[in-house]
Amino acid sequence: MKSSTNMLAGRVWKFGDNINTDLMLPGPYLVKSAEEQAKAVFISNRPEFLREMRKGDVIVGGFNYGMGSSRPAARSLRNCGVGFLLAETINGLFFRNSVNHGFRALECPGVTQAFEEGDTAELSIEDWTATNPRTGQTLPVTPVPKVLLDMMLSGGILPLLEAQGLIAPRKAG
Amino acid sequence: MGMTMTEKILARASGSATVKPGDVAVVDVETAVLMDMTFLPEGWREILKVHDPEKVVIVFDHLVPAPTIQAAEAHRTGRAFAARFGIERLHDVGPDQGIAHAVVADRAYALPGTVLVNGDSHTCAAGAFNCAARGVGGPDMLYAVTSGKAWFRVGETVRYDFTGKLPEGVSAKDIFLTIAGTYGAHVNQNVEYGGPGMSTLSINGRRTLATMGAELSAEFVIFEPDDALLDYVRERNKQPFEPASPDPDAVYHERRSIDLGSLEPLVALPDAVVNNSVRISEVAGEKIDQAFIGSCANGTLDDLAVAAKVVAGRRVARGTRFIVTPGTQAIYRAALKAGYIETLLDAGAVVTPATCGACWGGHMGTLGPGEVCITASTRNFKGRMGDPSARIFMASPATVAASALAGAIAHPGAFFRGDAA
Repeated sequence: MKSSTNMLAGRVWKFGDNINTDLMLPGPYLVKSAEEQAKAVFISNRPEFLREMRKGDVIVGGFNYGMGSSRPAARSLRNCGVGFLLAETINGLFFRNSVNHGFRALECPGVTQAFEEGDTAELSIEDWTATNPRTGQTLPVTPVPKVLLDMMLSGGILPLLEAQGLIAPRKAG
Repeated sequence: MGMTMTEKILARASGSATVKPGDVAVVDVETAVLMDMTFLPEGWREILKVHDPEKVVIVFDHLVPAPTIQAAEAHRTGRAFAARFGIERLHDVGPDQGIAHAVVADRAYALPGTVLVNGDSHTCAAGAFNCAARGVGGPDMLYAVTSGKAWFRVGETVRYDFTGKLPEGVSAKDIFLTIAGTYGAHVNQNVEYGGPGMSTLSINGRRTLATMGAELSAEFVIFEPDDALLDYVRERNKQPFEPASPDPDAVYHERRSIDLGSLEPLVALPDAVVNNSVRISEVAGEKIDQAFIGSCANGTLDDLAVAAKVVAGRRVARGTRFIVTPGTQAIYRAALKAGYIETLLDAGAVVTPATCGACWGGHMGTLGPGEVCITASTRNFKGRMGDPSARIFMASPATVAASALAGAIAHPGAFFRGDAA
């Protein structure tokens, strides 16, 4: 498949329904650095995830993915190297944080049935489809309105606020 | 086509005649509440411009009193930010401090018919005030404070009509546990409450129910305005406002009726809030190490009053820790004057200053490995209040207080019928 920011593929890790923010970013890590937070993803429910995942791997989730708190769990998924997330439905607050932190999180009804653990998932944000090359099955991905998609794909809202001179750039280091 | 309350408020705030499900609304934010977590070094970016300092409120609540050096640094950053931009509504550690959503309620900062944002998920608490209030992320707060704007995807609305009146000893938390147990999550949907039974709920009870809307994964949670609400707001906030009522022909995803008189106390089992409610008889007798009443959901004066009523003249079970956290220092003082604090202390409770501490596993009541807690707070996720192996049951303040006395999960009914031992 052709390589572009809108065409991605990765190995699937499957999760169930109602995966909450506290599992991705546990409370005790809220006061730690973003780097340390990214080392705590799923430590209480799936400790092998961080040991075995590779950059670009994909999370397939069930209903209400990311329920819970406003904490930047989406930033941790982005920082630990997750390529994108496909879920049956995505919690509204987690979705906001995904847009604002530049993490690709998309709704794809039927995704839980269509992918097994370890499958490859191919995503096209141009065609709004997700494909399982093992089975040949292609599912529609729910399109994200353009204004939000542009933010999601361009690193989130903070670069825009920086460019407008509203916030100071992140200090180097 | 008519609009729901959520749609009306978002339309008004975005300068549009209408909005409908599926739209992205970019709205004017009337109130932007920054809490201390927003100022932690990893999330905070130096703000160079504030859209309107009079629309900003700062409340220190998650990390209060500062339990760590980072927390103290976050507070310093917040104070310096308030001073630099002349933000007068700074609720620092002291008499005006509290949990942000409870401070917003005490002061009626949330104006009916307007939009409020805060970087905490339970911001929907202000929906009790007919305010489109939503928990957002740290970057959203930077956007709101610097530009005065926020973006929202408009979702469909589920309307609940209440009839009847709650029986004694059954509370707003039990309404929530009923809805969460019966209907589960409301992902990407707004929740609106009204109906003839709504006005039988106190403002504090509405706050509990609105706060818990975060656990339904709702986008917005909005109560209809009534005279009690409008009087409450006008007594505390001189700003003009225009409440929003639903159009008679508003379009709902679904409309559901709940007879408050038919409800009973429930408990949510550990690890999940929704689809997890059971009758107390199913778990009665389960031994507990800790009982907690507090948080933005259950730190109101009503909650402290009911806890005091249950434990008055009795003793917390040996080996059980009973921790009570008032929602604000103002509520703490009111409870002190009403005698509730003395009653709680005499019974063996520990009363902490106003903080989010125990609810999020921060401090002032963190759970150890394998411990069992029954909590009247917001959330019982695995690991929420401390060690991931701890088990957290969630119930009303009455049920938690009754359980603290028994040292095990217990039904509060006897304390309201007057036949408690």
